Amino acid sequence: MAIEAIKSLELSPRPPGRFGLAGPTLRRWAAAGLGMGIFLALWLVFALLKGNATLLPAPAEVVRGLVALGASGVLAADIFASLRRVFGGFFLAGLLAVPLGLGLAYFRRAGAVVLPVINLLRPIPPIAWIPLAILWFGLGEGSAFYITAVAAFFPIFLTTYDGGTQVDRQHIRAAASLGAGSGIILRSIYLPAAAPAVLTGLRIGLGQAWMAVVTAELIAAQSGLGFRIQLSRLNLETAEVIACMAVIGILGASMTGLLKLLEKRLLPWHHA
Amino acid sequence: MSRGAIELRDVNLTFGTGRNAVTALQNLSLSLRPGEFLSILGPSGCGKSSLISTIAGFQPPQAGELRVDGEPVRGPGSDRGVVFQQPALFPWKTVRENVEFGLKFRGVPKGERRQAVDDILHKVGLSEFARHYPGQLSGGMQQRVGLARVLVNRPRVMLMDEPFSALDAQTRLMMQELLLEVWAEYRMTVLFVTHDVDEAVYLGSRVAVLTRRPGRLKALFDVDLPRPRGVDVLVSPEFMKLKRNCLALVREETLGALGRDFKPVQAARVYREVFLAENADAAV
Ligand SMILES: Nc1ncnc2c1ncn2[C@@H]1O[C@H](COP(=O)(O)OP(=O)(O)OP(=O)(O)O)[C@@H](O)[C@H]1O
Ligand SMILES: [Mg+2]
Repeated sequence: MAIEAIKSLELSPRPPGRFGLAGPTLRRWAAAGLGMGIFLALWLVFALLKGNATLLPAPAEVVRGLVALGASGVLAADIFASLRRVFGGFFLAGLLAVPLGLGLAYFRRAGAVVLPVINLLRPIPPIAWIPLAILWFGLGEGSAFYITAVAAFFPIFLTTYDGGTQVDRQHIRAAASLGAGSGIILRSIYLPAAAPAVLTGLRIGLGQAWMAVVTAELIAAQSGLGFRIQLSRLNLETAEVIACMAVIGILGASMTGLLKLLEKRLLPWHHA
Repeated sequence: MSRGAIELRDVNLTFGTGRNAVTALQNLSLSLRPGEFLSILGPSGCGKSSLISTIAGFQPPQAGELRVDGEPVRGPGSDRGVVFQQPALFPWKTVRENVEFGLKFRGVPKGERRQAVDDILHKVGLSEFARHYPGQLSGGMQQRVGLARVLVNRPRVMLMDEPFSALDAQTRLMMQELLLEVWAEYRMTVLFVTHDVDEAVYLGSRVAVLTRRPGRLKALFDVDLPRPRGVDVLVSPEFMKLKRNCLALVREETLGALGRDFKPVQAARVYREVFLAENADAAV
């Protein structure tokens, strides 16, 4: 039997569904810890050399600032305000960009009409929209949502569109010759094929929204982490400025990390 | 019962228009008998893949008649399974889901589907890999999934475009045997495109040689070798004779496609192959 012979040429199967971690986990954590340690040590050395807490506070003072902000309750309120704007704008952008990107990739002729406009708007940085946003929506939440949505929209749209145009023609042909009609091809081939690009786009978009919200709050808000940075700067509370910056960094990295985990969960085949 | 008869009459297939128009097939006439295994040889770019695309229904011909069991071909369908050079498996589906695809969307009930998939996976030796993703399989295993995915639909016709050319020699030999076993059991019509003359003769009931582009039928050989064909068939005088004839014709067309400048080198190569074939012939 041919099949016995073929099987004898092959290895036995690995257990399906699990792909293992890339490299030993412990060593990766140790490496990360080492990097953080060096960074903090350098910071401490420079702070001690400078000896001026207003110009460059030491890590311990920043922690003290963080605790002070946390204890007074303003930190939680600011984080909440910023996160709400990020997710508000991000969802708005995703709701618009994902269907639009996939649709324009699927209907190429419509794409030819819309894409030039998008390519023209894309290079405009979100911060340049702030004056218009204030005129249109005032100094309230509307402006903040608008800015974060603008920031998140372009990466989501462009990555999704790209994914949509790169669906393998052989997959579509294979499906058709297995008896699938156009509706099934759209649902079972086109969408899953574009899914990795969509998730990548969402991850990049969330990062952009997060960056934009801080920028927007520096200029046009009465709450949020960006606003807190601005206020602490005016009070010469540099430790609090850096504390807010640290919170922004940690939150941003966590959100990206969570989305990456979600990606692995949703698309196990993509990481096979 | 006539199942899987294919009839092409004066088929023309052109890609593009105007100055960029490329005629892939011109006045191609060819009939496949129900249940036959026809191998197709021809120089690169002569239109072999285009022929498969046309019969599969991906690419409608501009002129001519194309019928399967008397019915004009109007588009792709599960009665004509296609096996591509690259397996074209759906990477987001497990092996089982890939194989199940055709049955699922034709409304075959779940229990029946499961049984059919189990049977076919057993046949191609991949039962233990049902829950794996294609990315976790070797090239040979992927191609077997591609085969199973088509076979499970019980097609009348199998269109195969150099399906084993990306595999190593050993795996390819095994795949060829597997294909012959399956074909002996299911008796569908197979149209098998290959560059490999040995493969064409070893597998086929007949071998068709196409001309250089635009592809037309140049020659059609009957392969009167007994089945099942063991390895000894590969060195029989019958086999050698057919191989020599096919080689000479394919080379002739390849030369023509490449232009006169290449002729001396190519001719020397043809001579060497024919010489080798003849010597092997004599040795038996
Ligand atoms: N989608 C397409 N658009 C334009 N031209 C095409 C297309 N597909 C094939 N052709 C042209 O048609 C001709 C025949 O191509 P085809 O792929 O059928 O050749 P082939 O015999 O399968 O070649 P090979 O042996 O290299 O696979 C070639 O000249 C090719 O350039
Ligand atoms: Mg080809």
